[in-house]
Amino acid sequence: MRLTVDGQSFDINADPDMPLLWALRDLIGKTGPKFGCGIAACGACTVHVDGQPVRSCSLPVSQVSGAVTTIEGIGTADKLHPVQQAWLEEQVAQCGYCQAGQIMSAVALLDEVADPSDDDIDNAMGGNLCRCGTYPKIRSAIKKAAALKTAGL
Amino acid sequence: MASVGKIARRTFLIGAAAVAGGVAVGYYYYRKPFANPLEADLGKSEVTFNPYVKIGADNTITVVAPRAEMGQGISTTLAVMVAEELDVGLDQVNVEHGPASYAYYNAAILEEGGPFAFFDESMTAQAVRSGLGVVGKLLAIQATGGSASVRDGFDKMRQAGAAARQLLIAAAAQKLGVAAADLETANGSILHKASGKSLTYGAVAVAAAAMAPPAEVRLKDRADWKLLGKPQKRIDMLAKVTGAPIFGIDVRLPDMLYGTVKMSPRFWAKPVKANLAKAEKMPGVIKIVALETNYGHGFGIIAQNTWAAFKAADAIDAQWADPEYPLSSDAISDVLKQALGAKGSAMRDNGDVDTAFADAPRERMVEADYAVPYLAHATMEPMNATARFKDGALDIWCGNQAPTLVRQLCANVVGIEQEKVTVHTTFMGGGFGRRVEMDYALCAALMAKETGGRPIKVTWTREEDMRHDAYRPAAVGKFQARLGDDGLPVAVYMKIASPSMIASTLRRLFPSISPLGPDKSIVDGAYDQPYTIPNYRVSGVAAPVSIPVGSWRSVGSSVNGFFHEGFMDEIATAAKIDPVEMRKKLMAAYPAAVKVVEKVAAMAKWGEALPAGKAKGMAFTLSFGSWVGEIIQVADTPAGIRIEKVWIAADVGTALDPGIIEAQLISAAIYGLSAAMGQEITFADGMVEQSNFHDFDAMRIFQCPVFDVAILENFHKMGGVGEVGTPPAAPALANAIFALSGKRIRTLPLSKTVAFA
Repeated sequence: MRLTVDGQSFDINADPDMPLLWALRDLIGKTGPKFGCGIAACGACTVHVDGQPVRSCSLPVSQVSGAVTTIEGIGTADKLHPVQQAWLEEQVAQCGYCQAGQIMSAVALLDEVADPSDDDIDNAMGGNLCRCGTYPKIRSAIKKAAALKTAGL
Repeated sequence: MASVGKIARRTFLIGAAAVAGGVAVGYYYYRKPFANPLEADLGKSEVTFNPYVKIGADNTITVVAPRAEMGQGISTTLAVMVAEELDVGLDQVNVEHGPASYAYYNAAILEEGGPFAFFDESMTAQAVRSGLGVVGKLLAIQATGGSASVRDGFDKMRQAGAAARQLLIAAAAQKLGVAAADLETANGSILHKASGKSLTYGAVAVAAAAMAPPAEVRLKDRADWKLLGKPQKRIDMLAKVTGAPIFGIDVRLPDMLYGTVKMSPRFWAKPVKANLAKAEKMPGVIKIVALETNYGHGFGIIAQNTWAAFKAADAIDAQWADPEYPLSSDAISDVLKQALGAKGSAMRDNGDVDTAFADAPRERMVEADYAVPYLAHATMEPMNATARFKDGALDIWCGNQAPTLVRQLCANVVGIEQEKVTVHTTFMGGGFGRRVEMDYALCAALMAKETGGRPIKVTWTREEDMRHDAYRPAAVGKFQARLGDDGLPVAVYMKIASPSMIASTLRRLFPSISPLGPDKSIVDGAYDQPYTIPNYRVSGVAAPVSIPVGSWRSVGSSVNGFFHEGFMDEIATAAKIDPVEMRKKLMAAYPAAVKVVEKVAAMAKWGEALPAGKAKGMAFTLSFGSWVGEIIQVADTPAGIRIEKVWIAADVGTALDPGIIEAQLISAAIYGLSAAMGQEITFADGMVEQSNFHDFDAMRIFQCPVFDVAILENFHKMGGVGEVGTPPAAPALANAIFALSGKRIRTLPLSKTVAFA
């Protein structure tokens, strides 16, 4: 089976039922997407398939039809994505475990809506659980990221 | 408070040690320092000054922050303490967790373990406090908990930085042939202003480390702080926004196998019958092994990948023995209520409650029964650990809150000496007390014995994690008050029954130690509050239910904050006194408490009229040395009750990083509100009924209120930060719902009675 992840092609030998998350983490070595629940209830595993946010813990790898992008594919420590930059400036993360999923949901939101309202944020981010309660900072970071993106930074 | 005489005759529990009325320990033994664990593992041209500071010849400065980073920002604040005194920027230091070592004991975690309220500064209280600090050192537990890390580290870490700096200056003075007094430091260099000569710390580190430690360490005055007291950029933020592999679950080793566990869904019960054949034959499965630890019984599945292990765990067909505890939540609740009939241990007993109630007229009495459920920690990162057992030595990688315990208990379970165990402590995806437990590490250590030397990463499913926790104990309480002529309470009697967290923890961690004396955590948050009531008794009863219970963010105060402050609100209602005004009167002897209440009331514009369909409630809890008041505004909406706004005022004594403190107060309030709104762990047939986030959810972003936080520094002692926002959250919400609807809800979660938007 072939998978394109973060611009790279991988040949994997996986049980067709295996969720994309475990193919990424155990077979390919992409540990950015996190395991939280296994039932698409917490969003920690969020990645993009052809730009659309999906819960990789509940998507069988055999059904993945497009290019996969993980947190490791949107930016690097030297060249952060505007959403990562905003997360850094707003000092969003506490334990940080859910943040890869939060950031991937936020990136998808801003690709769709350049200047999201509070309702847009609530709708797009409601599936991403954070047990540390970083929600107020997630909200302000998304607004800051929207401004950074608009400014072309 | 309990009197001196009563204390002397009583024993009480602190952590793992039973202490009779304080401790007598030789001064010398206490003062004897532990060996510096960094000496064993220094890099080339690297030297160490003490267990917290390493400096390389290339001027690489490494600070060891030996406390578990679970989101609370402790690695940043501990590093700042050293950097401040070492006179370097935070961006100039590398921060490591460091090895498991007794040198990193946490004394402060036990200091407030005695039966005294935080504000009790009597001779006895102070003597026991310093005695318990000594116990902390003798037990030498390297642990993160009790909101104690900053208080424990404040002197130690600053002294470590200052002592190193003094030695570096002395070495530079020798090398330059000038007086130490003429040298200045900045950004990791030592400057002789008169000559313009300068040396980096790295250039003199070897010479400095060879010198005798300074007899006297001078610390900066607060006025000279450059970093402390100001918000810092967290050292872990970049890794956390780029998905870096920093968690236990991200560990990857060459030749690594994967696994999971399937433990008995009935605690402590053994398998009666098990058919493993189907699971063993599944693709990717290597082996299934029986597991037996102090946490219970079950199976470990060793596989080629995590998914194969999960599927095989599901396919195991096992029957488990009957539980040793009542089968259902109703039956457990009956045991708790029955326990309330016992006299219990009075941890506070002012005046004479019995006499005060004896002739109380009916209309002056306020009485209520309260109850809270078991709760899971539900950290975002499910339990996991990676272990490798090779050539008689065990390496274990995991996020954990007590590395020396991981080392000790894993050595025991594998059957090797502690010296043969190396603990690699990672960042953790949430702790909240769950990672004080050792089950994840013990299972991985046992499974590593079965892999022929290959490392194995053992990851629990969310279902396994939810159903095998050391839960926040369920509790029930009976509350009585007699109102005086002015409406203020003249007598209050609170009795709380709950399974003992300490006894339960001992069974898992130190089964050879029998608990002695009452468990103070049953009444923490109720017996130690800054109220003056002439007749005031708070008693706790340990209820015999052996479902595992442990430390859950704010521990006993998470229960009793709700009980105490809900009941105070009821007293105010019965007396027709404003709840804020009543607290100010009852707290008059504690100015720090009054200032917190006044501040939060001013922030929330308490007393100003609100539009119809909105209301506010308030609560106050002193816990872990910090005084915290919260006011919550709720609104009635067609979809249910919406939590609109939360105001928090917290007196932490000394605020070392206001940014992190504010984040922690909000985090802890959301943690408490999540539980209050909808969380409960219930039992049927001896098993936990909840399994995942669909039936044990937490607050979501669309439910999150707006927060307004004020940090005060009025009290003269420093308080903790990581847990203190949790206790007042539930009662402030319940009190707001009462103000909104007239419904007095005395049982959590509130969702049993009202709906939330």
